[in-house]
Amino acid sequence: MNTVVKNTDNREEVRRKSMEALTPEIVAHIEACVQDAQPHSHLIGVLHKVQAHFGYLGADQLDAVAQLLQVPTAKVTGVATFYHFFRLEPRGKYVISVCLGTACYVKGAEQVAERLQEELGIQYGETTTDGLFSLEGTRCLGTCGLAPVVMVEDEVFGDMTADQVPALLEKFSKTED
Amino acid sequence: MRYIMSKAVLERYEALFEQMRGAVSARSSDAAVVVQVGSATCENAAGAPSVWREFERHIKASGRSDIVLHRVGCTGRCSREPIVGVLKPDEMPVKYEKVTRDAVHDIFTSHVVNGAPVTSLMLDASGHGAKYQLVLCAARHCGAAVDGDTEKTFREEIAAAGLDSDDVSVLAANGFGFCGMSPEESAVCVLVRPGNTVYFIRNRDDVRRVVREHLGSGTEVSALRCDAEFVSRRFFSLYGDVAFFNRQNRIALRNAGVIDPERLDEYVRYNGFRAVANALAENDPEAVIAAIEHSQLRGRGGGGYPTALKWASARKSAEKTRYIICNADEGDPGAFMDRSMLESDPFSVIEGMVLGGFATGASRGFFYVRAEYPLAIRRIEHALAQCREQGLLGDNILGSDFSMDLEVRLGAGAFVCGEETALIHSIEGERGQPRIRPPYPTENGLWGKPTVINNVETFANVPALLVYGSDWFRSIGSEKSGGTKVFALAGKVRHTGLIEAPMGMTLREVIYDIGGGVPGGKQLKAVQTGGPAGGMIPETLLDTPIDFDTLGALGSIMGSGGMIVLDEDDCMVDVAKFFMAFCQDESCGKCTPCREGTKRMLDILERIAAGNGEPADLDKLERLAALVQKTSLCGLGRAAPNPVLSTLRRFRDEYEAHVTEKTCPAHKCKALVRYEIITEKCVGCRMCARQCPVACIAGERKQPHEIDQSQCIKCGRCYEVCRFDAVARQ
Repeated sequence: MNTVVKNTDNREEVRRKSMEALTPEIVAHIEACVQDAQPHSHLIGVLHKVQAHFGYLGADQLDAVAQLLQVPTAKVTGVATFYHFFRLEPRGKYVISVCLGTACYVKGAEQVAERLQEELGIQYGETTTDGLFSLEGTRCLGTCGLAPVVMVEDEVFGDMTADQVPALLEKFSKTED
Repeated sequence: MRYIMSKAVLERYEALFEQMRGAVSARSSDAAVVVQVGSATCENAAGAPSVWREFERHIKASGRSDIVLHRVGCTGRCSREPIVGVLKPDEMPVKYEKVTRDAVHDIFTSHVVNGAPVTSLMLDASGHGAKYQLVLCAARHCGAAVDGDTEKTFREEIAAAGLDSDDVSVLAANGFGFCGMSPEESAVCVLVRPGNTVYFIRNRDDVRRVVREHLGSGTEVSALRCDAEFVSRRFFSLYGDVAFFNRQNRIALRNAGVIDPERLDEYVRYNGFRAVANALAENDPEAVIAAIEHSQLRGRGGGGYPTALKWASARKSAEKTRYIICNADEGDPGAFMDRSMLESDPFSVIEGMVLGGFATGASRGFFYVRAEYPLAIRRIEHALAQCREQGLLGDNILGSDFSMDLEVRLGAGAFVCGEETALIHSIEGERGQPRIRPPYPTENGLWGKPTVINNVETFANVPALLVYGSDWFRSIGSEKSGGTKVFALAGKVRHTGLIEAPMGMTLREVIYDIGGGVPGGKQLKAVQTGGPAGGMIPETLLDTPIDFDTLGALGSIMGSGGMIVLDEDDCMVDVAKFFMAFCQDESCGKCTPCREGTKRMLDILERIAAGNGEPADLDKLERLAALVQKTSLCGLGRAAPNPVLSTLRRFRDEYEAHVTEKTCPAHKCKALVRYEIITEKCVGCRMCARQCPVACIAGERKQPHEIDQSQCIKCGRCYEVCRFDAVARQ
């Protein structure tokens, strides 16, 4: 099951195309993984690397990963769609994640989320038309002491209230002007 | 031959220990002041990095080389972060809360340079005025007392010696963990600060000597002194915040907030990897398992399965390739124990895994960590590299013939991957769907090989119980469950944070004594333990001692340690709906009872919350819950109905109010709430009208206003902002 075909007629061509869809670093990483005794077990790790670079997992990237790791594309897609962390669509410049954990919920995260949806005019999983913001609900961020929590990219904002939402958004849209 | 090897391992460890201890003291021995700044995710979110930079700037500007800035992990005081500790030799440690950049200036000039602590910024100023602080051990399992009441005896002797509260403050702690070190059975441990001298007190004469000689004239009583380095000594020496910490007993968190999580030498300095060295020198894996069995360590991931049985089962297998996995896929909403532990002290977990590998005969191990925890991942990777460099991981660990290495594998946001067979599939690069057990992973796990999967906290406990003794570990805890449990205390509680309490402590002690109770004068309604797989424990049952069995008997579970306090404003139907929505979303879809059952249960709960429920819905919900519980494939499905069943059992009246009277007693379910302006009370200040997001409040200034019910979105803004209590919520 886990046999890796090392040589086929079009191996070089496939490799070239895959390299175009990915970056040389990611390709090198995948090729190192292929040397492992259980190459397929690195699939999720590879997808993390791809998403970290591109911001999402496009169809071309999924194909390239499948080819280089010698896993059927159907399986790669199956894994990419199973896990919440992977996105198949491009996202906005700033991803706003509202923590949906229990502590945030009982401390009023819903009101904050509603205000964000109202101000941005988008729902969870959507991106504003100017491509600036995406809104996501995320699983517990583990910063329950600061609940309710909103994360913009990697920056955590704690003790949020609905009223702080406009200022928060302005902070990020302002840097764009 | 064997003897020579044992000796070589121990010698190599002692050399490493000395080298690392030397490195640590070279950094801090000349320090007149050590300033500690926290650095876990919570701390960083609260602003710790800018506090750190500000201190760096101040130290540089002062030109002093004897002020050391020390990075530590998380102290567990989530709601008060960033936390800064100022430690001076021969002075009481001081912790500051919610430190801002401006506060840094005050702390630095006043305390660090001029020696005057800033009381207004202290995390806990109680007892700080006194010259000495006495901390009395009152471990629940011990029962030792001097003349029937240790505290009273001390107070009497302190008064008799002519000392007052300016000289001495007396505090009771939950337990030091020096148990069994005393030469006599019935001695009580007493800690005197500053200086952290520990005394064993047997009788009133001893009390008198300590009071007169140490507290009165500043001379230590060496005849009564305990010189053993013990797990909690360092802990008590670093915490200024006694009121919060003295009720705790830290074993898994022994280094959290104490060591720099990015420095192996600080871990080794506190007997880190001593358990590995001893085990490798003795070369008897069975003895390690026997010690764990004796300690009554049970799996901290939630199930409470005896760790020794799991390890022994993998060891018995005919297959020699075996694996160890650390389950750090902490998916429970409201739980952050694993994150904090890995960010504050990754080394303890690594050492626990190496011991697990040695005991079970595994030479390869994996950390399965949530991708949502980037700092934890970075710190594990960093710690692994340092351990490899020092020969504590990799080939021939400490020169023995045992080899083992660990690697990190990332999760990708699937709650079900906390289930062990799903986790294994995820590491294998598959969709994280569970399979039927048996066979259990200890027989047939990762790539078909015997695999031991333990939780982060379980591994973190192992080195401590081996170094400090399984008798000691067992004595802390309840009858069937040794040691402590770490809880993430959150929700409607004054001190949200990470705490560690001995098994057998009551929920009330945890929430009121450590957590400080419910803020805002509100009434506690229930405590939710165990996350989406757990249940609600009502206020009336708060005196239940916490361990795996007692919580199970109440229809909840210990779980991994999430503990969420709910007050009178929380609606039980709404909370059950929240957890059901979570489980429904996280159901992997493999088996029908879980996939469809959670969906239907959520439908019913949504109907009830929307005011469209019928009395028959409650029975339907109960039947469906029982069915899903019985027939689901894995733990996620089997536990998903727990929040519903436990709320139905304990708070049926709330459900009934929703379905029969169509009211929500907690005023939480929007469809059942109605806001109205009380004409007699309204002064027409326009406050509510200005704040209303949908502009549905009309009325002239100084005239009573009115809410247009057809437009009202029931956000509750008007209710919150009215200063005249003129908005009624029904």
